[in-house]
Amino acid sequence: MEKTTRLFVSCEEAKYICDKNQYGEATFIELIKLNIRLMYCKMTRAYSKRNGKLTKAMDKSNIQSIPSTDKEVMKQKLQEQLTK
Amino acid sequence: MSTNTIDPNTWVDKYSDYLFNYTIVRVDDKEIAQDLVQETFFAGLKSMKNFKGEASERTWLISILKRKIIDHYRKINSNKGKAEVRINYSTDSETEGDWLEERVADPFDGNAESEIENDELGLAIHNCMEKLPEKQSIIFKMKTIQGFDTEAICNEFDITASNLWVIIHRARTAMAECLEKNWF
Repeated sequence: MEKTTRLFVSCEEAKYICDKNQYGEATFIELIKLNIRLMYCKMTRAYSKRNGKLTKAMDKSNIQSIPSTDKEVMKQKLQEQLTK
Repeated sequence: MSTNTIDPNTWVDKYSDYLFNYTIVRVDDKEIAQDLVQETFFAGLKSMKNFKGEASERTWLISILKRKIIDHYRKINSNKGKAEVRINYSTDSETEGDWLEERVADPFDGNAESEIENDELGLAIHNCMEKLPEKQSIIFKMKTIQGFDTEAICNEFDITASNLWVIIHRARTAMAECLEKNWF
């Protein structure tokens, strides 16, 4: 990922900043860069809208995952049964 | 025609999260859901010889899981009589004859339809995640669902933060496309 110190960033970089922002990990400067790009780039705007929609859907779905440690235990138990 | 094959060694990685989400919306208890998934895998092992390959491995496991969930409810119901809570009506003369139900607030404040829709959305998201390349899917899950720190994931997979964001970017683009086709 190419990084620039300029305020005007490429569309690709703006998309990466947008991704980071979905996880609350974009810095203040990055957010300024993203917002400047959003003002004049249709592509970035479309990406940002779709990205936000995905984040909203993920939050709304209450989707859950089994913790990886528990998965390891499950695998072990399954392996024990397999070798019986 | 038998086209689908079975491989129990990959079950936990491939299907445990999908089965877990399928179960949790039906039993509403994480531990019970996890136990039922594990029991499903055991039952799957025992009846492997009955797998004809007509359905996909996941569909076959879901059909076993459905029975496990029904069994779970049967078990609970058979204990119901023993655990019945007996409540006496108030002896207060003023409220005599009032039903207890009429004196408690209605706890129902959600919208059942939207709840069901959200559960289905969860399964649609899982379907889309299954289509991602394995590494992308694992990293996307860790970051988005399990909420791991960027640093922790980078250490686990021995990748740089830039690499991680490239992977996340690809995963998010594919996920958005997939959900747009199947959900939005």
